[in-house]
Amino acid sequence: MSDFLHGGWSIYIGAVTLLGLLACLVLLFIASRRQVMAADNSTGHVWDEDLRELNNPLPRWWMVLFVLTVLFSLAYLVLYPGLGSARGSFGWSSVGQYEAEQHEAQAQMAPIYAGFAGQPAEALARNPQAMAIGERLFINNCATCHGSDARGSKGFPNLTDNDWLHGGTPEKIEETITEGRQGTMPPMAAAVGGPVEIHELAQYVLSLSGSPHDPTAQFGKPRFLACAGCHGMDGKGNQAVGAPNLTDKVWLHGWGEEAITAMVVNGKVNVMPAQKERLAPAQIHVLAAYVWGLSHPSAGPAAQSGTP
Amino acid sequence: MTRPVIPIVPVADAAARTVSLYASEQKIYPRAVHGRFAFWRWALVWATQLVFYGLPWLEWNGRQALLFDLEARRFYIFGLVLYPQDFIYLTVLLVLSAGALFLFTAVAGRLWCGFACPQTVYTEIFLWVERHLEGDRAARMKLDAAPWSANKLLRKGGKQAAWIGIGLWTGFSFVGYFTPIRTLAAEALALNLGAWEGFWTLFYGFATYGNAGWMREQVCKYMCPYARFQSAMFDRDTLVISYDPQRGEPRGSRPRSADPKALGKGDCIDCTLCVQVCPTGIDIRRGLQYECIGCAACIDVCNGVMDKMDYPRGLIRYATQNGMDGRWTQGQMWRRVLRPRVLIYGAGMLAISVAFTASLVLRSPFKVDVVRDRGTLARLVDDGRIENVYRLQLMNASEAPQRYRIGVSGLPQVAVASTAEVAVGPAEARWVAVRVQLPPQVARTLGAGAHAIGFEVQQLGGDGPGPAVLEKSTFVVPR
Repeated sequence: MSDFLHGGWSIYIGAVTLLGLLACLVLLFIASRRQVMAADNSTGHVWDEDLRELNNPLPRWWMVLFVLTVLFSLAYLVLYPGLGSARGSFGWSSVGQYEAEQHEAQAQMAPIYAGFAGQPAEALARNPQAMAIGERLFINNCATCHGSDARGSKGFPNLTDNDWLHGGTPEKIEETITEGRQGTMPPMAAAVGGPVEIHELAQYVLSLSGSPHDPTAQFGKPRFLACAGCHGMDGKGNQAVGAPNLTDKVWLHGWGEEAITAMVVNGKVNVMPAQKERLAPAQIHVLAAYVWGLSHPSAGPAAQSGTP
Repeated sequence: MTRPVIPIVPVADAAARTVSLYASEQKIYPRAVHGRFAFWRWALVWATQLVFYGLPWLEWNGRQALLFDLEARRFYIFGLVLYPQDFIYLTVLLVLSAGALFLFTAVAGRLWCGFACPQTVYTEIFLWVERHLEGDRAARMKLDAAPWSANKLLRKGGKQAAWIGIGLWTGFSFVGYFTPIRTLAAEALALNLGAWEGFWTLFYGFATYGNAGWMREQVCKYMCPYARFQSAMFDRDTLVISYDPQRGEPRGSRPRSADPKALGKGDCIDCTLCVQVCPTGIDIRRGLQYECIGCAACIDVCNGVMDKMDYPRGLIRYATQNGMDGRWTQGQMWRRVLRPRVLIYGAGMLAISVAFTASLVLRSPFKVDVVRDRGTLARLVDDGRIENVYRLQLMNASEAPQRYRIGVSGLPQVAVASTAEVAVGPAEARWVAVRVQLPPQVARTLGAGAHAIGFEVQQLGGDGPGPAVLEKSTFVVPR
């Protein structure tokens, strides 16, 4: 893509650059012309009664340096881009340099990742080098949502509690990172009934995990039929569709009747973005092992080093 | 209204001539000089160069005593391990250097230029080589004027080889401050230097060779900014190298036995030795000039001449302008040297030096940096407690592995919920995620918003409580 709206601008920039260099040479030529000096080594000009301009000549090599800088500029303009949209004979570009450096960095990293590629997550979780890389990948790519300690917050799952929406095997974690996930809870008020039924259902859901609830929970059980399709009759959820387990005390979107009612009435779509465009498969493999290790602290080097 | 016109009077001089505004420089052949000030200059050559060439070879606790490891971003200075965060020390060091330049210049002019500046020091070394291979001033001038011969080629070639050798050794020593010099030496012997090591060795070596061998006084006259602004620090009570015209004039040659007063002459015998020894080629008898680097070579050589003539020394001497005009004694001049300006510079330098030393001695052996998680400001955990997450960077500035305990204070019942004890390797910087919790009733009392807290990190081990660092941060209670 051209940087200029019109090709004429390129010519304009090139002409201004070359004219500037020419002007430098002309200035040098004028300044180095011989000038008449008086016997007292002044120009003979007198200002303000007694102010004279003395001749303290610069050394000749200094002027030669000036000329050399002009020659350097000309050589530079031939070799590198500078004259409008001319590319220069080296064909250098900042994008090209960036890509070359990326390529070099990848070439340096390739053997390290190649060593990790064949290894299962359990082995990588014990490898301090892999876990250090995994931690950096996590901090740079995941911590914004899941937190530096991976414990998440409201709406962003805790990755350290071994409670999984879509499965906690290393393979499933890798899949989650690569492809992303979309958890969809549809609005269910119509299927459940009016405010009374919803209240009973919410109390029943609270009772599933042994949380404090009122006696109307018993009337909520039949209402739960509307939910069982995804969350299962026992409310233990279904990792195949990402339906959370309602019997543990993990409340990703808030605890209490109010939060449950809001979820039943409004539904929710919660998205984990796919990372395959940003991370290479080899990186995702290491990252998945790191995330797996977070909920298996006894399996990794973190168990000894005191990382929270 | 009439505009004032500055009359420019054209040259109407019988002696007017046409000259170029650029001059080709005349080569200067400084004559060898001996004496008190030459001794001091050589003493400083030895002192500065023993330090410069020698320091990188010193060992300390099994590593190079002085190593500026740019890649790992650690500066090792004997027992000190400095982090990039300690850059303030370099700033203070530069402020002290500038202060010293002000002080010395106010007292005795361009002392730095004449005695300690690398340009002077290396020129002195290169001149020493030149003198030993080509002879003193007259011999060198003769050799330069002579046609090429085997003898000339040998002498000139030998000089160049020695100069290049010194330049390369200087470049090598310079790079040795930034990369372990013993490894560097092995690599250099195997001609297997890394690209950057090779570049900087050659670059610094070439700069030394070019500046001390070829550029010499041109650096001082045309390139050095300090040379120009030092003149602005002179005043009429600054000791500068001065020729005493009242005593010396009228100058002229005379037989050694003659009484100058009888001949109507001053003490200057017009031997021009002061011009011959001058490294910048000026005639000090024309007064203070910007080219004068204050090396005092003319004082040394003139004193020798005065001794031979049985005249008192000091026709050229360190004197203040006031002192010279008022015919003051040395004592009178020195009393004026301790003027408010000098005392203020001195007091300022002393204060900064004391603060600098105290800060270095009292500095904590580790540093802490606190970075809040910004994606999630706060969250609710079990039993309604509020939790904030931070990343702490623990920077161990000692060369032993250390353990630290992370504590938090500033709010009632605020506590660290993650592992509080962390191990950090020697000179290592480590990031740890830290969870801080606040009970719900306290949070309710405080209300929503950001509340100031402090992380107290204490070094463990050893007898008694170890050094501690307090870093401020905030704890967010959500609405």
